[in-house]
Amino acid sequence: MLIDLKIAWRNLWRNPRRSLLTLAAIAFASVLLVFMLSWQLGSYDTMINASVRIQTGHLQVQAAGYEEKKEIWRVVEDPSQVAAVLEDTAGVAAYTFRASAFSLVSSRERTYGVLVRGLDPGRETAVSSVAQTVRAGRFLSAGDATGAVVGALLARNLKVGLGDELVVMGQARDGSIAAAVLNVVGIFSSGQDDLDRGVLQMPLQTFQEAFAMDGAVHAVVVRCDDLGTVASVQAAVAGALGAAGADRELAVLDWMALMPGLVQSIQLDLVSGVIFYLILVVVVAFSILNTFLMAVFERTREFGVFMALGTSPARLVRMLMLESAVMTLTGILVGIFLGVLLTAYFQRHGIVIPGAAELLAQYGLPARMHPKLSWLSVCLGPLVVMVLTLLTALYPALRVRRLKPVAAMRAV
Amino acid sequence: MAWRNVWRNRRRTLVILTAVVIGVWSMICVGALSRGIADQMVQNGIATLTGHLQIHRRGFRSDPVVENSMTDPAAVLARLPGLLPPGSRWSVRVRVNAVAANARHSGGVTLVGVDPAREAQVSFIGGGVTTGAFLPPDVPWAIVVGRALAEQFDTRPGRKLVLMSQDTEREIASRAFRIIGVFDAEMAATEKQFVFVNLAQARVMLKLGGGASEVAIVLPDPQLVDTVAHRLRTALASERCEVHTWQELLPLVTAILKMYDVFIFLWFLVVFVAMSFGIVNTTLMAVFERIREFGLLRALGMKPSGIVASVLTESLMLLALGSGLGNALGLASVLALSERGIDLSAMAAGLEFAGMGRVIIPRVVTLDLALANGVVLVLGAVVSVYPALKAARFTPVEALSHT
Repeated sequence: MLIDLKIAWRNLWRNPRRSLLTLAAIAFASVLLVFMLSWQLGSYDTMINASVRIQTGHLQVQAAGYEEKKEIWRVVEDPSQVAAVLEDTAGVAAYTFRASAFSLVSSRERTYGVLVRGLDPGRETAVSSVAQTVRAGRFLSAGDATGAVVGALLARNLKVGLGDELVVMGQARDGSIAAAVLNVVGIFSSGQDDLDRGVLQMPLQTFQEAFAMDGAVHAVVVRCDDLGTVASVQAAVAGALGAAGADRELAVLDWMALMPGLVQSIQLDLVSGVIFYLILVVVVAFSILNTFLMAVFERTREFGVFMALGTSPARLVRMLMLESAVMTLTGILVGIFLGVLLTAYFQRHGIVIPGAAELLAQYGLPARMHPKLSWLSVCLGPLVVMVLTLLTALYPALRVRRLKPVAAMRAV
Repeated sequence: MAWRNVWRNRRRTLVILTAVVIGVWSMICVGALSRGIADQMVQNGIATLTGHLQIHRRGFRSDPVVENSMTDPAAVLARLPGLLPPGSRWSVRVRVNAVAANARHSGGVTLVGVDPAREAQVSFIGGGVTTGAFLPPDVPWAIVVGRALAEQFDTRPGRKLVLMSQDTEREIASRAFRIIGVFDAEMAATEKQFVFVNLAQARVMLKLGGGASEVAIVLPDPQLVDTVAHRLRTALASERCEVHTWQELLPLVTAILKMYDVFIFLWFLVVFVAMSFGIVNTTLMAVFERIREFGLLRALGMKPSGIVASVLTESLMLLALGSGLGNALGLASVLALSERGIDLSAMAAGLEFAGMGRVIIPRVVTLDLALANGVVLVLGAVVSVYPALKAARFTPVEALSHT
């Protein structure tokens, strides 16, 4: 075997120019795939984390049916019961309570219909990044009874600034009219127009009083230690709630159920990416098939001699495949090395796509994107390249079996 | 002669030809698919109450409230027929933010007051009303809502829906409407956002008099947008109004279109690079096999430039054949796909998130076609220069002694 390997390696360098070009083709494909996969997977990570942080959290405990129809009376009646379960569940990093209702918000001059959210100021900062999106003034604090944090576009539409008064009017849980008078203490800008135009945040307790919530909330939002533990935490929480007999009226939803659009768009992007990569690899494979073919046909005589000396065709095929494998592996290793180098550079420094900042912001993404190296993103692409290249090499190698020693030796 | 040389080694030529054909095919298909997706986005955006052009009162876009409405759209409308190309259609709208409510539900909507006959020719709503009717003139206080909204509000035609909005006197105007029709749209968000009422009744409710929020215009040929916009801006300068093109009204779509341009070009380059390794290698092999031949040609007095030219011709011929076949195959696949389009409804939520339509109909853009072939032929010739120079550099003696 070692001898075969040595022979294969030497054969490879018979025609260094040709082999180098082939190596370059394989390496090129590998570099590209390592970088692109790291980029894609990295951007999914960023996207998921950003959306989870700014909107949904990893998990939410809601009244069953609230996710489909956000009606004010579908409530988590006893949030402390859920809190007790969460306190005892491993993997829960933090949790908070939220309630929301669609209401009319009026300033002195204007009136708009917006989503009013009641947040627990002390807990919210541990779960979400809404506090960090405040651009003017400050986020709600524990002592606030009448504070309001509004989106930048909403503030512009309402013509309000810090300190201005807002009146919230809506329908309370019991069907009566809910009303509250608030003062703008902060203005947030998330970059997502929907949020910036249509959300007002107020203290949960004030919300509960105004909307006759009677201590109930609409969602208990959970942040887990990391994305990987979400499934097990979900199962544990659902199990514990079931044991307490509360699983009928409550549902435990993960971020995928809370943001189906995000999940599907990631699948869509991944699928189209895979199609592109396959086309690319097939082009590369055909592009290097000639090298493999030549490596066999220019050596017809040599193989004739081998066979005449008693080398079995099977061994010849093995030798040729070994040659191809050595070439492919070298190319892939070079490709992985360069690809990791390239990706690591951009992982450190990030990439700014010119003109895309606003577009990315709509999806909750930062303007500077970072690819992210992982075992999967480094190995998957080159693996596909290797499989397809070796399949390509199989064709000429199998042709060798058809050679007849005498005829082969006569060949030019 | 070059043609014959190309077919000296049939298998080799066929293999590299396959690489070129697949490469060019993928360039054309990817280009056409991306354009198809982009088309869908643009069409959707334009049909979803944008139109090709919109006229507002100056300042409305930065502060879109009812007080900033056009006070006398009739004056503008009177001049439109003379300014727009024949075949243009337009619709006058009142568009305000409102709160919709019934006994159990409430939510934010955009109240759109339209002249149903005119609006039907301008936006998606023309073919969108699938249940009931689109605002017949003899029914007062009728409203048409989206299917998703109707579901969200647990309601159906015949039921009442109360709309609240701020009127021109800054008072809350509130009015009950009866649902007369339900519309379907490409995206659920559209179905949840818009509710349609008669223009006259919206004006009464909001105390608008003869005012309107916007005039939306659809042109017979989208290419005319910039010319017409310019003409309108000059002609209507005295009317205190501003004219915007759909590119300005839909900045996100415009940004996505630019990204697609870049993406398509990058894909062309990447596929080309993948092919070029094969092209160079194959041409090199062909050259090295024929060292003796080139030596002979040189000895017979052929200039090195002649050899470069003949190698380049061969390689170009190969590329031209490959891209020709690739084009044919690509166009054929696009044609086959465009008959029915690619239906991605199964991923509706994801498509909506990405702002894409549900059915993609690929479209070949001449510029992409030219670019794809240009990249392959021009850059292909460039990379073939290396083996060609190699061939020209052999001295006759050296080459003839080569076995």
